[in-house]
Amino acid sequence: MDAKKFVIRQISVFSENRPGRLAAIAHALGEEKINILAFSIAEANGFGVVRALVDHPEKAHDKLQSLGFNIAFTDVIAVKMKDQPGGLYEVAKILGDAGINIEYSYAYSGKEGAVLILRVDQIEDAIKKIMNSGATLLERSVFH
Amino acid sequence: MVYWDPRIEEMPKADLQKMQYKLLKSLIYRLYSFSPFYHDRMKEQNVHPDDIRELADVKKLPFMFKRDLRDNYPDKLFTATQDELVRYHVSSGTTGKPTVVGYTQNDLNTWTTSLARALTSIGLGRGDVIQVSYGYGLFTGGLGMHYGAERIGATVLPTSVGNTERQIELMQDLGATAIACTPSYLLHIGEVAEKMGVNIQKDTQLRTGILGAEPWTEGMRVRMEEWLGIKAYDIYGTSELSGPMFTECIEQKGFHIWSDIALVEIIDPKTEEPLEAGEKGELTITILQKEALPMIRYRIGDISSMEDDTCACGRTHPRIQRIQGRVDDMLIIRGINVFPSQVEYALMTIPEVGQHFQIVVDRKGALDDLLVRVELAKGSFSDKINDLMQIRQTVEHRLRNSLNVNVAVELVEPGSLPRFEGKSKKVIDRRSL
Repeated sequence: MDAKKFVIRQISVFSENRPGRLAAIAHALGEEKINILAFSIAEANGFGVVRALVDHPEKAHDKLQSLGFNIAFTDVIAVKMKDQPGGLYEVAKILGDAGINIEYSYAYSGKEGAVLILRVDQIEDAIKKIMNSGATLLERSVFH
Repeated sequence: MVYWDPRIEEMPKADLQKMQYKLLKSLIYRLYSFSPFYHDRMKEQNVHPDDIRELADVKKLPFMFKRDLRDNYPDKLFTATQDELVRYHVSSGTTGKPTVVGYTQNDLNTWTTSLARALTSIGLGRGDVIQVSYGYGLFTGGLGMHYGAERIGATVLPTSVGNTERQIELMQDLGATAIACTPSYLLHIGEVAEKMGVNIQKDTQLRTGILGAEPWTEGMRVRMEEWLGIKAYDIYGTSELSGPMFTECIEQKGFHIWSDIALVEIIDPKTEEPLEAGEKGELTITILQKEALPMIRYRIGDISSMEDDTCACGRTHPRIQRIQGRVDDMLIIRGINVFPSQVEYALMTIPEVGQHFQIVVDRKGALDDLLVRVELAKGSFSDKINDLMQIRQTVEHRLRNSLNVNVAVELVEPGSLPRFEGKSKKVIDRRSL
């Protein structure tokens, strides 16, 4: 099994916590015709990190960097969930039983059903454990 | 070792002091006779030119202050008539009324000679192309450097301030080997060059920066020298002294103050007593050769210290150390003296933050509140909130240790703090006292 095909490139953008910063990021991506598939904002007293899965991460990276944003790529994985009550529990239990420590996570519900995006410590190890435990990982090609 | 005027620059200290005494004596006699202002000042202090019997007697003379120039706006302190003047410079009136400085031809010659010696001492001369990116006009930086650079036979590229992309193109196309500007403008040039895809180290001939008109630090020097591949030299002077006049030599160990041009004292700002070599205090300068606007024991308000041993470069003239703050830049935070340069120095030791910063002072209840905004450096962002908190904590610790007051730090996006092409304003004081 090639674990690499399940590694998804998330973009993370450093942002000051003040009105208009998200709009500035979203506007820049819109201008480049980049679609945002999922995103979250983490906040920490004065600044935040905007994390997003987009269809063209390199293009997004270059555009935002040219505008002066501090931006980084981060590897994440996406686990498919049932879009029904108990769906998250099922996946969370598998992760817990497999001993996978989650650094952060966010979720969306869309065409592919419900999806849980995870940032974990040992990504290749986590992929193997999740595959072995019967959950379904989405491939990178689903996103970009 | 190359000197512009080896006879003066290597003159034994005892001879220099004899020369200073003669110059001081004749200056004071002239002022006592021809300057109503200084005549009255001396009378008030009960001192007569005959009381000046040795160089150390300079401490009997009354001080001059910036406010004397303002109070006597525009030209009441001049000791030359208008038909003897060949130029005016006017300092920006950011802290009050503007001040006007007049120059006779001899005044301009002295100023230019001072710079010719200085520029030679950092290895510049014929064959160099010196880009002068100080403002030309009423400000002394542009024209002063211009004539100094021409005097040593260098080629001047008088770009003045602004239109940074064009400055970078010309720097490349005409092979500028040195640039004279404010340190914050050179940082700006470096950033704009990177955006244009120009690598200053590889794509230009630039190897010397002559930086001044605002305080900067050793840390900033190291960072700029590594980043841009240049040697960065500090330059010192204010319009009241003529303009930028003194630089470090290649040893980078303080500005050589030419003893035949200026007499430096470092005094305790409170007791007004002279301090020993190496002690930090207020810089006080007497310009020994000045016709239109003599300055005696002028208290510029800059904090520094002086070394009087012979420099490794062979020059016998005393050196004043990098300006460590201004008496009037000094912030008093909860009773503790804080200089913006200390903040800069502390920040330069932390690679995760950029060179630009802003200090905001406010009053929360009865307490002063010090906030420092710094830009997160490119490449030091990792996606993890914890790492960012850690960087902020490091900056807070470092600042607290060096300032002895609590500091709140705000991490901001790169490029979001204001850039300045002239003198930068890094402090916002919101306290209403």
